[in-house]
Amino acid sequence: MKTLIEHLRVLHLTLRRLLLTPNATLLNILIIGIALSLPVGGYVLLKSVQSLGSQIAGTPQISVFLAAGTGSGDIERIGDRLKQHAGIKSIEFVSREVALKKLQQSTGLSDVIGGLAQNPLPDAFVVFPKEGSVAALETLRSELKTWQHFEHVQLDSAWIHKLEALLDFGRMAVVILAGLLSFALIAITFNTIRLQILTRREEIEVAKLIGATDAFIRRPFLYFGLTQGLLGGIAAWLLVAGSLQLLNHQVGTLTQLYASNFSLQHLSLPDSVTLLGFSAYLGWLGAWFSVSQHLWQIEPR
Amino acid sequence: MIKFNQVYKRYPGGHEALKNLNFDIAEGEMVYLTGHSGAGKSTLLKLVAAIERPSSGGVLVKGQNIRSIKPAAIPALRRNIGLIFQDHKLLFDRNAFDNVMLPLQICGFDHREAGKRVRAALDKVGLLDREKANPIALSGGEQQRLCIARAIVNRPTILLADEPTGNLDTEYSNEIMNIFKSFHQVGVTLLISTHDEGILRQFPARALHLKKGELQK
Repeated sequence: MKTLIEHLRVLHLTLRRLLLTPNATLLNILIIGIALSLPVGGYVLLKSVQSLGSQIAGTPQISVFLAAGTGSGDIERIGDRLKQHAGIKSIEFVSREVALKKLQQSTGLSDVIGGLAQNPLPDAFVVFPKEGSVAALETLRSELKTWQHFEHVQLDSAWIHKLEALLDFGRMAVVILAGLLSFALIAITFNTIRLQILTRREEIEVAKLIGATDAFIRRPFLYFGLTQGLLGGIAAWLLVAGSLQLLNHQVGTLTQLYASNFSLQHLSLPDSVTLLGFSAYLGWLGAWFSVSQHLWQIEPR
Repeated sequence: MIKFNQVYKRYPGGHEALKNLNFDIAEGEMVYLTGHSGAGKSTLLKLVAAIERPSSGGVLVKGQNIRSIKPAAIPALRRNIGLIFQDHKLLFDRNAFDNVMLPLQICGFDHREAGKRVRAALDKVGLLDREKANPIALSGGEQQRLCIARAIVNRPTILLADEPTGNLDTEYSNEIMNIFKSFHQVGVTLLISTHDEGILRQFPARALHLKKGELQK
């Protein structure tokens, strides 16, 4: 109870100190917010693109298009042969009629397709291989290519590997950015607290003479760093949320043209909590570094 | 309560501030520390409050040896010692009430209980009606009394006062000495450094006379 009251007192004191210099406080929070919003924004964009990728192609598959005019007997035989193949988990037959319907539904080209005199699509098999590695897929593809009646064998997931590699690259960039800007956040807090310690030198000295423990003297500064970091995190959250709102408006017009319902997803609740926790922690850490660097230099004489 | 045993204090550069001090101060005793400025009075008080450590010899305060006390144990020791400074060391960013509140905050006192104690301490030094005033608006004598209120609010068993009447005229000095006398009467151990002969005559007590860092018999 005693400690709770003490912590509440320090929190109150911290908020008062923040409000004492509103301009400096606002600027600090804004700088931290902007610094954090860059990697967070990058993370949000990557996540949206990634989910778009997996939406379109979840598991690797091979599409086999049959030559035009392949009879139904041949199709059945080919189906049986495919099912018995050691490297294939399952198959799905897509007739030309079904394919046309699917195309109409998913791409928004219904007007164009409706105007066609005849169905230009071939019958096809979608093959789900047992192994998903690029090498295994390539081997399977080259083998299927040699089969009779197969006009075109297409590896549907090749592009997803490229996208995956690209996303990996993006992720690394975000991590580097986050690392650098976290360091900036620590540095900002370090300096703010250093100035505070210098201006409160007398108070610290007197407190030590009266019998204050190091923890008592340290506490307000740590709280200040923590609060400033947390507020900076909230600012970053708001910046990202606002930017997404604006971007989604633009994306909306864009996806309408492509008849897709893609939109940039906002930060999830766990991600938001992580962001706030992390920014608060970094603020605390900066304050802690600063306090342990400067406080021992102030000894009563 | 306070025991000095062959205490030396040398500063870097070879200056010897205190030489071979041996004395005892019993619990509840009131003792003056006299001598010219530079005789080592302030250094001696700093040793008692663990602000400085002796170069050699033993300084025992409430059974704790200052020479070997751990830094973590110093706060607890200082909470038992009321310090009164010649330059007051008041904080000008808060009012008189909050200045006196500081030691109680440090000890983690309940807020309401602490408020009562602060008012009692301010009343004791006659500043109850000035609790909202900033120390900068107080006169020298009032500042000194505020410093005393802060030193006693925690009810320490030892009071150390460094030239408490240094810059004050006789009337204010007597006021402050009367306050000290009342603490002495309730059993507080007092060590007061002064070079004010008038006080020594008017409020007689045992005196330790320092000359160039040595105790004069």
